[in-house]
Amino acid sequence: MKLKHALIAAFTGVCVATPVLADLVFPALTYRTGAYAVSGIPQADGYSDYFTMLNERDGGIGGVPIKVVECETQYNTEKGVECYEKTKGLGALVYQPMSTGITYQLIPKASADGIPIHSMGYGRTSAANGKVFPYVFNYPANYWNGASAVVNHILELNNGNIKGKKIALVYHNSGYGKEPIRTLEELAKKHGFELSLLPVDHPGQEQKSQWLQIRRERPDYVTMWGWGVMNQVAIQEAANIRFPMEKFIGIWWSGSENDVIPAGDAADGYKALALHAPGMDFPLFDDMKKHVYDKGKAAGAGDQIGTILYNRGMFQAILAAEAVKVAQKMSGKKDIGPAEMRVGMENLKVDQAMFSSLGLPNFAPNLEVSCENHGGAGLVAVQQWNASAKTWSLVSDFKPTDKDVINQLIAEDSSAYAKENNITPKCM
Amino acid sequence: MSAEFYFGIEVFLNGLMAGVMYSLVALGFVLIFKASGIFNYAQGIMALFAAMTLVGFQEGQIPFAHLFNAMFGTEMHHFGWHMNAFFAIILALGVMVLFAILVEKLILKHLVNQEPIILFMATIGLAYFMEGFGDLMWGSNVKKLDVGIPQGGNFWIEENTAFLGGENFYGFYLDTLDIYATVIATILVVSLVLFSQYTKTGRALRAVADDHQAALSVGISLRTIWVIVWAIAGFVALVAGIMWGAKSGVQFSLSLIALKALPVLMLGGFTSIPGAIIGGLIIGVGEKMFEFLIGAPLLGGATENWFAYMVALVFLVFRPQGLFGEKIIERV
Repeated sequence: MKLKHALIAAFTGVCVATPVLADLVFPALTYRTGAYAVSGIPQADGYSDYFTMLNERDGGIGGVPIKVVECETQYNTEKGVECYEKTKGLGALVYQPMSTGITYQLIPKASADGIPIHSMGYGRTSAANGKVFPYVFNYPANYWNGASAVVNHILELNNGNIKGKKIALVYHNSGYGKEPIRTLEELAKKHGFELSLLPVDHPGQEQKSQWLQIRRERPDYVTMWGWGVMNQVAIQEAANIRFPMEKFIGIWWSGSENDVIPAGDAADGYKALALHAPGMDFPLFDDMKKHVYDKGKAAGAGDQIGTILYNRGMFQAILAAEAVKVAQKMSGKKDIGPAEMRVGMENLKVDQAMFSSLGLPNFAPNLEVSCENHGGAGLVAVQQWNASAKTWSLVSDFKPTDKDVINQLIAEDSSAYAKENNITPKCM
Repeated sequence: MSAEFYFGIEVFLNGLMAGVMYSLVALGFVLIFKASGIFNYAQGIMALFAAMTLVGFQEGQIPFAHLFNAMFGTEMHHFGWHMNAFFAIILALGVMVLFAILVEKLILKHLVNQEPIILFMATIGLAYFMEGFGDLMWGSNVKKLDVGIPQGGNFWIEENTAFLGGENFYGFYLDTLDIYATVIATILVVSLVLFSQYTKTGRALRAVADDHQAALSVGISLRTIWVIVWAIAGFVALVAGIMWGAKSGVQFSLSLIALKALPVLMLGGFTSIPGAIIGGLIIGVGEKMFEFLIGAPLLGGATENWFAYMVALVFLVFRPQGLFGEKIIERV
């Protein structure tokens, strides 16, 4: 009987003590299964592998071990919320929902619980206003920066004059896909181009109507806000109607290897926006190889290393780790909680010297976050696919976007949110 | 005639082609439902699994390589060959026959005389199992499928019809892949009809479909028939997987093509092979024409999915058994 009680006590102790409170806990709302697993797996692997490397090489951050707690969402909003509820009590420092739908649901919950959210390059765009959304960050760029970056690129290609040009937006018929519409409409007024909107229903396996319409209307450029199978089908359909690939520009979520490989050589020249550089030509990967890959500690099957979405997951982890360092320095304690993490994120500054010291020279543009600006500088580059070499390469620098239009829209949308939710905008 | 008129015809023709693609998926459902009364929830996953297996053989991928690598620390991925598409299709077909035998032995055999809902739930379980099993066997990355069928707008048709609608008309756009799919689907349906009408096994299949008990009483083996039907459904799934996989690459979303088959089945009936074809054509043309005439210009687009289900629901109200389905009369 005593043995039984001892075993129960020991088991309870293990359960209660997991994870150790001293760990820096990063819940990862991943999707390794379901319709969007193809895109979810590389991101999840990159996010996890970077933290594994920090644990192996540095013993964590500031000497405190990191614990990544994965929870499978299948890119399903309800499951994402369940994952949040299940993991928030484990000492979660920051949530990366990896889905715009989940982000929207978590904004009020996480704000009430005092846990920051980092929706990097997705989520609610107007959350860039930190005075209204103190717990939500969407640096280094948001969808409206993306919309402006597409238009800027087209302006560059046309010597600054796109009056009378036709631009078509092919978008996932969801909250995510609709995000850039308002910005594009404003930019259409400003630059005099004609915008046509072509929604594609989930999952996007059948897009014949949309591409027949594009063939009829003959737009000068097509831009795409797609995800999952929608991207692959759209690129194939564009190739089928012989739409010039160099005039087809996707958002950064429509620009991974998975999106272009199924179309084969026909995808050559396709462009997409970029938040960071592609490839593995960075010293950091030497450390990753030594401390993670060679030790057999890579997440998943280890076959996604160096892909665009793997690098993006790694970038998310890098920015989270750098924010922890800022938080540790500002609070004077190593074992930080979500409140300190939020302060760390709000005071995050990453410049090229820092990227170089991390083993990532010229990987991404400088970043500076503040209370007023949780969205960063909004610098975006353009990358292009080379089908024969099967590689992406940057074809532009990271360039600024139209702040006049974007900041106005952010102010309008965030103040409407503040009014609806009785929030008095202020810095915390 | 104006260019708009010819664009309408183009949409109509593309709707027919899209309908054939839907019918290919619906056929698999019909075959199994007709012979065993089971609504096979796993039909979409079967198409995915068949296509994954085909690409795996073509590329010389080692099955379960990731699992072995994780367990034994090895680094094996491929055998190092590239198999001819024809042989790969034959081997993939062999795997689908093996799959049919296993389904019968491990699932159906134990569920004889159970309620249809139990059998339906068994196929739900099968679908989830196959989803994970397929990923484990072949990996979850997007795979390019190339069996030599060309894709893209057909140049010949475009060039020879461009004169019809003036300078704003660029000739009819018809995807070569869709044309192939139409020919293949036609051959498939004719073969299935001939098989079921003029062969001994085909007659046995129809006997089982009409009345299980009566078929058993004259010595027809229900278990053998089920294996044959599931194997044929596996073959149809392979064809559907090839056609749809060539468009989007082989990936999990391929299993969602089953969603496109549901309104076709509701319209054409669950027990009729011609119904699956006619239903597919009506849905394909209906949704594309509605999008062209009303959806895109007046409603903001993306009307195809709900329109297909709306048409199917209207049919359900007035003709619950579908266009060609059997009317079930149960007397108390």
